[in-house]
Amino acid sequence: MEAPGQALLSVRDLHASFHTDAGVVKAVDGVSFDLRRGEVLAVVGESGSGKSVTAMSLLGLLPSPPARVSGQVLWKGRDLVGLAEPEMRKVRGAEIAMVFQDPMSSLNPLHTVGRQIAEVVRLHTTSSKRQAWERAIEMMDLVGIPQARRRAKSYPHEFSGGMRQRVMIAIALACDPDLLIADEPTTALDVTIQAQVLELLQETKERTSSAILLITHDLGIVAGMADEVLVMYAGKVVERGPARDVFYRSRHPYTLGLLAALPRVDDEAADNRLRPIEGTPPSLIHVPSGCSFHPRCSFRRLETCSVDEPPLAAHGGEAHRAACHFAEDVVSVAPADLQRSVPSAAAAAPGP
Amino acid sequence: MSAPAAIEPKGGPGPAATAGAEPLLQVRDLVKHFPVRGSLLRKDEVHAVCGVSFDLDRGQTLGLVGESGCGKSTTGRLVLRLLEATSGSVRFDGADVLGASKRELRSMRRRMQMVFQDPFGSLNPRMTVRKIVAEPLRIHGRFRNGGQARVNELIERVGLSVEQASRYPHEFSGGQRQRIGIARALALDPDLLVLDEPVSALDVSIQAGVVNLLEDLQAQLGLTYVFIAHDLSVVRHISDQVAVMYLGRIVERGTRDDVYKRAAHPYTQALLSAVPVPDPDRERARRRLVLKGDVPSPIDPPSGCRFRTRCPKAQEVCATEDPALVNRGQGHPVACHFAEVLDVVNPVPHDRLETRPTP
Repeated sequence: MEAPGQALLSVRDLHASFHTDAGVVKAVDGVSFDLRRGEVLAVVGESGSGKSVTAMSLLGLLPSPPARVSGQVLWKGRDLVGLAEPEMRKVRGAEIAMVFQDPMSSLNPLHTVGRQIAEVVRLHTTSSKRQAWERAIEMMDLVGIPQARRRAKSYPHEFSGGMRQRVMIAIALACDPDLLIADEPTTALDVTIQAQVLELLQETKERTSSAILLITHDLGIVAGMADEVLVMYAGKVVERGPARDVFYRSRHPYTLGLLAALPRVDDEAADNRLRPIEGTPPSLIHVPSGCSFHPRCSFRRLETCSVDEPPLAAHGGEAHRAACHFAEDVVSVAPADLQRSVPSAAAAAPGP
Repeated sequence: MSAPAAIEPKGGPGPAATAGAEPLLQVRDLVKHFPVRGSLLRKDEVHAVCGVSFDLDRGQTLGLVGESGCGKSTTGRLVLRLLEATSGSVRFDGADVLGASKRELRSMRRRMQMVFQDPFGSLNPRMTVRKIVAEPLRIHGRFRNGGQARVNELIERVGLSVEQASRYPHEFSGGQRQRIGIARALALDPDLLVLDEPVSALDVSIQAGVVNLLEDLQAQLGLTYVFIAHDLSVVRHISDQVAVMYLGRIVERGTRDDVYKRAAHPYTQALLSAVPVPDPDRERARRRLVLKGDVPSPIDPPSGCRFRTRCPKAQEVCATEDPALVNRGQGHPVACHFAEVLDVVNPVPHDRLETRPTP
């Protein structure tokens, strides 16, 4: 158990890089955050922002070489970086569990799902075969798989996508982990099934007073679930803070840009022009100088932004931080203001 | 670029604007059954599309939404006759598409084109962008007369530069590749585009640019779109008319506001209530109608109403009587015996939320 009031997970200056023929890819570049019991921390960003690599480096899941991980991952006070694999295995699965986007590729097609859940239980506890099997059925029941006792003898291909993701969650929760890392857990699912799975995650967290690290590109899911939000761009955290601060008082142009680019199902007018972010994300081998977002930024002042890298500085309270020289300009703008400035048909400018 | 064109207001009573004129696209009772391979009982069939009907006026966008396996993509392909329908009819500008001869179909296809989700999978990796965009012109024998100029115009129209035209697809980002796919679809100056999940594979910052491009092209060229997507937010943004599909059937159809503000089918309501909104206070104030279970197999769909196995309102009549897609007093057609209007997207007025104190 962590000391009272202490973070369950403290990540400090985490780096993960890959050595390739083309050069060094800095996939995660100095990420820090704390996660407490009962909290949901969402890591958001687009493809290539480094959000999934962050999750994998926490658990020592990156093959090394070519990956090189440095920094601190303090789990209940103990540093997991560089921990020997046998020790790591005791943490992974038992104390920290993971759910991935694609359940099919993480399940063994040759074994029944009941056996796969029971295996995890046997691996991390001293239960007998019989007890582990009963636990597997109990978990399947808990995650809402109907007729669990019968379905435990089925194989993964006999389940639908939503049911497979439930099996993955059952496996993840079988040993009562303190932290669940969910990497795009509902991206492959239809929206009504997504609602079921998110509800299940939320309930489980409340029942077991564990914590969730949620990795997603979907800002709607973040708005519904996250207590704290971390926005990543090109391997770095560009904004971090309580969910309401990040959504309503965005201080980084990238966060604001994402919100202005997004069509909303609750948009009554629905005729606002969407505001794309100009250009494309940078190559992680040749990251732009200064602020890595500056070539795409509508708030930039080149003489500053292309030269000085902005620190992740506190604004309006210690909890809310943004890495932008002009964070005070950004906070006064709403996503709808950006949308109003988008030209329509007549003057449509070339974009990405 | 062509002269500035105003964007038509959306969400209004679409068909009224062109009252009297015949719809560009008329689809009636479209049915598609696929045989199941390796099935012991040879009569096993996947009922992919079952009695789909809609009209679409020139210059309008119909959003076709539903979850995987609902038949929305199959419907798109049947309309263009990329798949042969089991029965039903499709009329395009008055002409019978499903009964057309090969020659007639060829000339019709110039006027109706398809854009796919995966721009990479649908672009030949060994052809330059210039060749890809020129290909339809060559196939239809229209390249000789000013083809090169036409290709350049198309490339610029979709927001790419002519200097990029000698590059290959892999040198472009996802958003740019989708623009190339759109340029190719526009080459023969079509009237109708069937867009199958055209922005689903793109990151949001890039997706917005492609959505804007589609809106601009529609305003400039008077295009008509069938926009197939599972993303209900994008569909609300881009559509004039919306049809919601479940297990091969249209369960609700109407103008954008009919479907998004006055949803009356329990499935539409569940679907809309499940879409998360990127706004913490509003998202947490919403009531989610969570459906039980999974979509049943289209090989053996439920009797009566196909949604009844997951429907919170289901009663005996739902198992025996298939509800017709008709207006039951909601102002638009709904296939439910117990249709009832409910605003599930914005149950709490905006102003009340915005005045909430900051914790």
